Amino acid sequence: MPTRDSGEQQHKSRSADDEQVEDAAAPASDLAARKEALDADIDAILDDIDEALETNAEEFVRGFVQKGGQ
Amino acid sequence: MSVHRVMGIETEYGISVPGHPHVNSMLTSSQVVNAYASDMSALGRIKARWDYDEETPLRDARGFDLSRADADPTQLTDDDPGLANLILTNGARLYVDHAHPEYSSPEVTNPFDAVVWDKAGERIMARATELVARIPGAQPVNLYKNNTDNKGASYGTHENYLMRRTTPFAAIVKHLVPFFVSRQVVTGSGRVGLGQEGRKHGYQLSQRADFFEVEVGLETTLKRPIINTRDEPHCDPERYRRLHVIVGDANLAEISTYLKLGTTSLVLAMLEDDALDVDLVMDAPVREMHQVSHDPSLRHLVTMASGRRITAVQMQLEFLDQARKYVEDRMGSDVDAQTVDVLDRWESVLSRLETDPMTLSHELDWVAKLAVLQGYRDRDGLDWDHARLHLVDLQYSDVRADKGLAQRMQARGTLTRITTDAQVDSAVHTPPTDTRAWFRGECMRRYAEHIAAASWDSVIFDVPGHDALQRVPTLEPLRGTQAHVGDLLDRCPTARDLLVALNQQG
Repeated sequence: MPTRDSGEQQHKSRSADDEQVEDAAAPASDLAARKEALDADIDAILDDIDEALETNAEEFVRGFVQKGGQ
Repeated sequence: MSVHRVMGIETEYGISVPGHPHVNSMLTSSQVVNAYASDMSALGRIKARWDYDEETPLRDARGFDLSRADADPTQLTDDDPGLANLILTNGARLYVDHAHPEYSSPEVTNPFDAVVWDKAGERIMARATELVARIPGAQPVNLYKNNTDNKGASYGTHENYLMRRTTPFAAIVKHLVPFFVSRQVVTGSGRVGLGQEGRKHGYQLSQRADFFEVEVGLETTLKRPIINTRDEPHCDPERYRRLHVIVGDANLAEISTYLKLGTTSLVLAMLEDDALDVDLVMDAPVREMHQVSHDPSLRHLVTMASGRRITAVQMQLEFLDQARKYVEDRMGSDVDAQTVDVLDRWESVLSRLETDPMTLSHELDWVAKLAVLQGYRDRDGLDWDHARLHLVDLQYSDVRADKGLAQRMQARGTLTRITTDAQVDSAVHTPPTDTRAWFRGECMRRYAEHIAAASWDSVIFDVPGHDALQRVPTLEPLRGTQAHVGDLLDRCPTARDLLVALNQQG
């Protein structure tokens, strides 16, 4: 049942979030270390995305033409 | 008093046939919906159409009706154009709106469920594209959960919230305008390009912001207003108003959607209880909305009518502060877990937006997208006008699991999820249990071949032995739940049994 699932989910995600709040107050050296981790993270993400991107970006983007909606 | 209320999200998806930019998108959109219908009909014969009888798209929350002659044709959403239109077993509506396939989620009662059934919509659209690709001779169709083609066109992602009718509309406008102008820092999906046609190079927080031109109005397709006054509650209009929010972006990040619905619901609760004590009224809210969106450094100072100048994040912090006090006052220790979770996440997100926004690259769409774009700019030395950056922006929202960049990041764990695959897969087929969507969806699952039509507030049966169609109204969104009618449906193996039972109940 979704409602019950969401309750359990909330409980788990709350404790994860508490850690993030502590993180945010971490000293500057930790922030620098985390920035490095983030950069390594991004390199891996870019390698993954390189494989997925459509070929011929310019033509693909130009060809995405929409009619207006709401 | 909490984040709980009846709500839902409608999303128009961008649609394209690669290599054929000028293909008729009404037809391709119909193809998408019909392909999904063909798959559903494997479960049972589907003939239900949408029932427009109760729809009044020209009713205005300010208290007057626009005459049809004065209306732009795009506002006449109750004219059945004969386009594909489905009611799904999960209680959602899948149809063609203007020139886009649209998924309108079933009514849910809380932000977490809104995320689950919104994600289910993405999977339904992805499935539909797979099915189109299998049609012999058909061109493959791509769908994108975004809001602009960067060439002047925009299409919407609308949130709907059920509100008490008694809340004065002027109070809604006073507080929601500053809330919507500032919430982009949390809810934006990010966009490469500035201005409606994206002619200026750069990055902005929101897909939608540049398409808003007035503060309040009824239109959704032209002169878009920050506060939309469409007042079509799809339930008892004496008791409820459906607040139709057209200002939001299509979000892929689950936390963005969750906070969008959760924080807005809390602000509406404070409005209903007249418990908001902030004055963030601006002289030029439309301009401020654009400027907030155009500043990913988050340093832009918004000018209040009082002369005070603060950032959008600080505006959000004032709403958060009010919400914390309100929930504490009204609920104390009886507060539910999801309301606490929304408040905690909101606070955590805002505090990091103030200190180091890029730390939110695992949580918020605009930051996740910016981190990738900045990565490409650094690695490959690209300027903001480079086609690859525009492609990243577009493909971030591709509904296909292998092509959608947000989905790839979610699969790698670099974009945080709060739902599970099991929850989302289940929501593709099953309705929320705690609203009338349960009755609608279950009727579709059990009695599809005897349902002639359905809408948000009715299910219409066509059963042998009855000359006329039998309309079962579902005007109260919190009735028709599993708890309310589950036993009844279980006792009725056929639609005819159900109608007999309902008639006996009176």
